Amino acid sequence: MFSTRNFNRSKPVLFILFLFPSLLWAYQFVTGNLGVNPIEKLMDELGLMALRLIILTLMITTLSNIKPLKPIVILRRMIGLFAFYYVCLHFSTYIVLDHFLDMQFIIQDIIKRPFITFGFISFLFLIPLASTSTNNMIKRLGFKLWKKIHYLIYPVAILASMHFYVLVRADKTEPVIYMGIIILLLLHRIFKRFTRPQLAQ
Amino acid sequence: MKILGSEITPYKTYLNRRKFIKGSLASAMLATISTSAFANHDSDLSLYNKNLNENDKLNSYEEITTYNNFYEFGTHKKHPHLNSGNFNPHPWSIKIDGLVKKSKTFDLEKILSNVTIEDRVYRLRCVEAWSMVIPWQGFQLSELIKMAEPLSSAKYVQFVTVFRPEEMPGQQKRTIIWPYREGLRMDEAMNPLTILATGLYGHAMPNQNGAPIRLVVPWKYGFKSIKSIVEIRFLDTQPETSWETLAPWEYGFYANVNPNVNHPRWSQGTERRIGEFKRRETLMFNGYEKEVAHLYKDLDLTKFY
Repeated sequence: MFSTRNFNRSKPVLFILFLFPSLLWAYQFVTGNLGVNPIEKLMDELGLMALRLIILTLMITTLSNIKPLKPIVILRRMIGLFAFYYVCLHFSTYIVLDHFLDMQFIIQDIIKRPFITFGFISFLFLIPLASTSTNNMIKRLGFKLWKKIHYLIYPVAILASMHFYVLVRADKTEPVIYMGIIILLLLHRIFKRFTRPQLAQ
Repeated sequence: MKILGSEITPYKTYLNRRKFIKGSLASAMLATISTSAFANHDSDLSLYNKNLNENDKLNSYEEITTYNNFYEFGTHKKHPHLNSGNFNPHPWSIKIDGLVKKSKTFDLEKILSNVTIEDRVYRLRCVEAWSMVIPWQGFQLSELIKMAEPLSSAKYVQFVTVFRPEEMPGQQKRTIIWPYREGLRMDEAMNPLTILATGLYGHAMPNQNGAPIRLVVPWKYGFKSIKSIVEIRFLDTQPETSWETLAPWEYGFYANVNPNVNHPRWSQGTERRIGEFKRRETLMFNGYEKEVAHLYKDLDLTKFY
């Protein structure tokens, strides 16, 4: 059931599933059905989706440690790239729709407001991940180096959840839940590293 | 450029429940029986538009009543609209205590029979950098202060929101320390711009906007305009206020709209007027500089934000 073949087969379905929300929100935005403050709403939805997908890629790695689920790891790249896609849309909504390309203002905003700083660094760290997401790149860089680059997903996830945490004014339950999940997933990795039989160097 | 779906909705469409008394300032006299007679009802939109600045446009009834902060009903801006259905603001009374000749409790009807309800079209600027233009009905806070008979030692006024967790689901969670509290300096409270609003667009104040009576201080960030007030205290020291207590590095007692003093989370230089596509510049004291700047001439506004 959890064969590589089946996971491969599910890819087109997942592709449409992950793409769909962005199309829906774009449609709702254009037709004026995104509520009273549509730019804010669009930005919130896109950002939340990106954070959820980032967490999902971390979960997939954890799940792939379970023997029968191992092939699930082949879905990770697509989900990671979708996370990047949503982050790009989120960021360009902020740049274009929210601030109308007022670069002076935006640069001030990025420097002065911690939550925007966190989000921006998180976005920057995602760029090398996304741009090395081809088989060819893995070959060119070598798996070891490629893997090192992709450890960036940890600061990306932490910064993204902090970006959300700082943004919320009072009831921090939701961002805390996301942070908690990220911390658990990272703890699992640390635990694994220490319990793994040491290989002779 | 305008965004679809947020056009000004003629408020007439929301007001077919009763016939209104046109332009009557005395309509407040009816307040003893009717719940919706608190306001000065007038179905003529031009009456509100007359009070508008040339760059302003009224926000629609729908915008005003479906998008706002009222954490007593939840932290999302759609929550007040969605979760305020069980709130019952009738009957209502306000307790007056602290430095007054005599502590007392006023029934809202009694207050309304002693004041003049008038239309006030004000800009409302939220600390989150969005804004609206709202046609309120209400009366000057100074009128109630006169009725309250504060002692000359009273330098500040504190306001307290009702605490009813069974009717206000947001209060079941300790997002902020309930009940919500706000305060003004006496001269701010006495300023003619400061009103207690009992209606908007000719409606009795909707639950989600602070029924049945709320403060409106148009030159300060929205969180100062405390809703559903049950107690007013006169004090000789600066009262503690809810947001300042929760995050003193972010919110001050004064909370005057000021494009030059930034909030750590939002630049206050610009704002999005709900219904507009491009941001606009935020005005000093939200555009009420002429009326209120003198109150702060001896105050360092970067320190007392």
